[in-house]
Amino acid sequence: MRASSFDRGNRMISGCGLSGLMSLTGERVDGRAIRASLALLHDRANGLGGGFAAYGIYPEWADKHALHLMYYTTDAQQKTEALLERDFEVDHDERIPTRYHPNVVDPPALMRYFVTPRHSALMNSQLQPDEFVLRQVMHVNAEVPDAYVFSSGRNMGAFKAVGYAEDIADFYRLEEYQAYIWIGHGRFPTNTPGWWAGAHPFTLLDWAVVHNGEISSYGINKRYLEMFGYQCTMRTDTEVMAYLLDLLIRRHELPVEVACDVMAAPFWEHIELMPERRQRAYTALRQVYASALVNGPFAIIFARQGEMVGLNDRIKLRPLVAARRDTWLYLSSEEAGIRAMCPEPDHVWAPRAGQPVIGRLGSDVVVGDPWQQEAPPREATAVGGTK
Amino acid sequence: MSSSTRTEEHREAPARSAARQRRAARVPIYRPSDFLWENDPERCKRCKRCVQQCGFQAISWEDGPVADSSKCAGCHRCEAFCPEQAITIRPNPQYLRPHPLWTESHRRNLWLQAETGGVLLAAMGNDLPYPVLWDHLLLDACQVTNPSIDPLREPMELRTHLGRKPDRVEISWQEGEPELTGEPYPALELETPMVFAAMSYGSISLPTQKAIAMAAEELGIMWNTGEGGLHADLRPYSHRAFVQCASGRFGVHAGYLNAGAAVEIKIGQGAKPGIGGHLPGEKVSAEVSETRMIPAGSDALSPAPQHDIYSIEDLRQLIYALKEATSYEKPVSVKIAAVHNVAAIASGIVRAGADIIYLDGFRGGTGAAPTMIRDHLGIPIEIALAVVDQQLRDEGIRNQVSIIAAGGIRSSADAAKAIALGADAVGLGTAALLALGCTLCQRCYTGRCSWGITTQDPALTRRLDPYLGSQRLINLVRAWSAELKEILGAMGVNAIESLRGSRERLRAVGLDRTTADILGVKPAGIGA
Repeated sequence: MRASSFDRGNRMISGCGLSGLMSLTGERVDGRAIRASLALLHDRANGLGGGFAAYGIYPEWADKHALHLMYYTTDAQQKTEALLERDFEVDHDERIPTRYHPNVVDPPALMRYFVTPRHSALMNSQLQPDEFVLRQVMHVNAEVPDAYVFSSGRNMGAFKAVGYAEDIADFYRLEEYQAYIWIGHGRFPTNTPGWWAGAHPFTLLDWAVVHNGEISSYGINKRYLEMFGYQCTMRTDTEVMAYLLDLLIRRHELPVEVACDVMAAPFWEHIELMPERRQRAYTALRQVYASALVNGPFAIIFARQGEMVGLNDRIKLRPLVAARRDTWLYLSSEEAGIRAMCPEPDHVWAPRAGQPVIGRLGSDVVVGDPWQQEAPPREATAVGGTK
Repeated sequence: MSSSTRTEEHREAPARSAARQRRAARVPIYRPSDFLWENDPERCKRCKRCVQQCGFQAISWEDGPVADSSKCAGCHRCEAFCPEQAITIRPNPQYLRPHPLWTESHRRNLWLQAETGGVLLAAMGNDLPYPVLWDHLLLDACQVTNPSIDPLREPMELRTHLGRKPDRVEISWQEGEPELTGEPYPALELETPMVFAAMSYGSISLPTQKAIAMAAEELGIMWNTGEGGLHADLRPYSHRAFVQCASGRFGVHAGYLNAGAAVEIKIGQGAKPGIGGHLPGEKVSAEVSETRMIPAGSDALSPAPQHDIYSIEDLRQLIYALKEATSYEKPVSVKIAAVHNVAAIASGIVRAGADIIYLDGFRGGTGAAPTMIRDHLGIPIEIALAVVDQQLRDEGIRNQVSIIAAGGIRSSADAAKAIALGADAVGLGTAALLALGCTLCQRCYTGRCSWGITTQDPALTRRLDPYLGSQRLINLVRAWSAELKEILGAMGVNAIESLRGSRERLRAVGLDRTTADILGVKPAGIGA
């Protein structure tokens, strides 16, 4: 793969492992393939956190927000449930099914709730349902001690813990879920504590993000998001990714490709080479979203309903490989991680710095796939190593 | 202020006007001089160059150079131009019995005032040893978990845009191409996050201002006319200028406003918050008179407030009057001195429609200011910048304005720390003058600058070659920019906006907790 020298020098020390798979036709598979990929990437993690997100797992509750919660105290559970009862109609609640696993220790109480915001609560807050759920999630995470909402989307769910990813998959019984997008993460935390809520994926509403890297611009990204009401409470830099995606794509309605170009912005010298219309747009984007530029090494896989995206930082300081076979799209930190899910892909490629790979449900065009004649990657071939 | 008698600190004040002479009966009193001027007769070749070079007329010829040490400003011009290195200027060793309360400078000031009855005058920035908070802040660097970036091998971006930004960009997707919906706000593009501070023609010489303007153009940054109007010779550089509109409205007309790239309303200056500029009549030459549109030889007194701004809504009117006058094509900046309530004031300024706030800390320079004002009013830029940035973020309006921080930026490290605290760019005033050869003798208000910088005497101004001066400024800004890139690279980011406002990358050493909290900076030793 075409990785930079930084990447090779850094891998041993700070290597989280990422993988993702998606059926472009919406065919659902269980969690065994993603588990196998993360098991292969075992050495990229250190047992201090791992997790998965899966889309399409709750078809029977598809129009409800599925809230996954961790409680470290019964008091936290009581307080949170009182809040939920006040603001939501809770259609169903249950313990998240788990099994005994010797390597997964000290779990918090794990609950899930399928909810709809109460009409009166929406009217009182003057918010749209998604925005309302977001505020409530932020509120619980920031204000209720020992309670964490770790998943809040519709027909999707996140499953995470402290441990190795493959053990966590077994703990959460992921082989019992059927999903058309699976993303997974094995964590090697360096800067932030290894704790359950701090494991990946980070989610917010439909968004789930897994991340390998360290956001060197975390300080300003966080302060920028705070201006829009996001509160970073998980003590790790990855959550800003989830919030940025929510801000840029859901609230500011930027196309996903453009949001990726905000987070891994093209260099000015390349903007100057763009055709005039595009140049105008990108100049404005860099001016307005300067504080949303995610700087420092990262490879991320993020997903929302119907979409899975892989993205590298603007000079590709972390590895990311993509592959396709038939109607399936695969992403992983390593090619081996892909072959663990799909032994014989049609083709494998290393996405360029800052250039997203986007798979969309119902479309056989994958953005950023260099084998695809009809949709060539953006100005990828124009310039050398960086975008 | 302007009506009272002014007198110069530590040295004889030449009588400036008959009115002043009438008021101040001079009662001589013993005052030791600041410096001792010494010439080595063995080395001296009797070329008289020192006599010619001294702008302060401290050296006369009596069969050899003889100096009146009491007139020596300590500017070192004579020493620099002595071909034989015969001249030595040193602090006057005349020993005054030390006293911790009645320090030497208090005694000297007091004697001078007893002698003249005047207001003490000073120039350049505050010279009292207040804590310099820059020196208590340290920047982060990458080790292992995030790679540092080598600016010699990877792109490193310093480009900065000043001006109002909308909350969001609206993009429509047309035939596979993103297209911007609507018109962006006017913005100033800087190749590096620095601007030259406002220094008016009048306070500084034309060659000085020209050197600065030429450098700004070459560097792709901005210079600032100050409140002295735009001299015809500087028209070619006006597309890189802030044209200032201060309380005196000197040289302000429609053509002037439209000549600049941006308009700046000067409310206050860090060195003299709450008072206006004062250009003595001696500095108002024919050309200054023409540029400022005032009679030659008359004192150019800027009123303390802008007389049409007595409240925030008045400021809004002026901002929009200037925007109307410039067809909404130019950003409007408002320059204020850092004072106690600066955060709320800045918020009001943003809501009044300003696109840029120029924050000038209490260490900012000046051509002339009453010493007591310069030394005792205002607050440090570090604090002001931190509270303004935070306040605007708390109100969700930080994107509506760019912040330029100035008032004692001494190095690229200060600039990096200012940017990390939240500045979009920094202003270089004193630093620029130092690059032009200023030795910080702090006698600008006399109009006798031997280096040709803060004088209008043609014999002195011709000493500064604008081209050579601009080369020095270009060298300085390029050197600082290269250092900024090194700093960014060490911090593992490759664009200046990833440092801007990223206080997470700053740590405090030796600061009390309250100050660190106000700065929004954790103490060193706290990790992520």
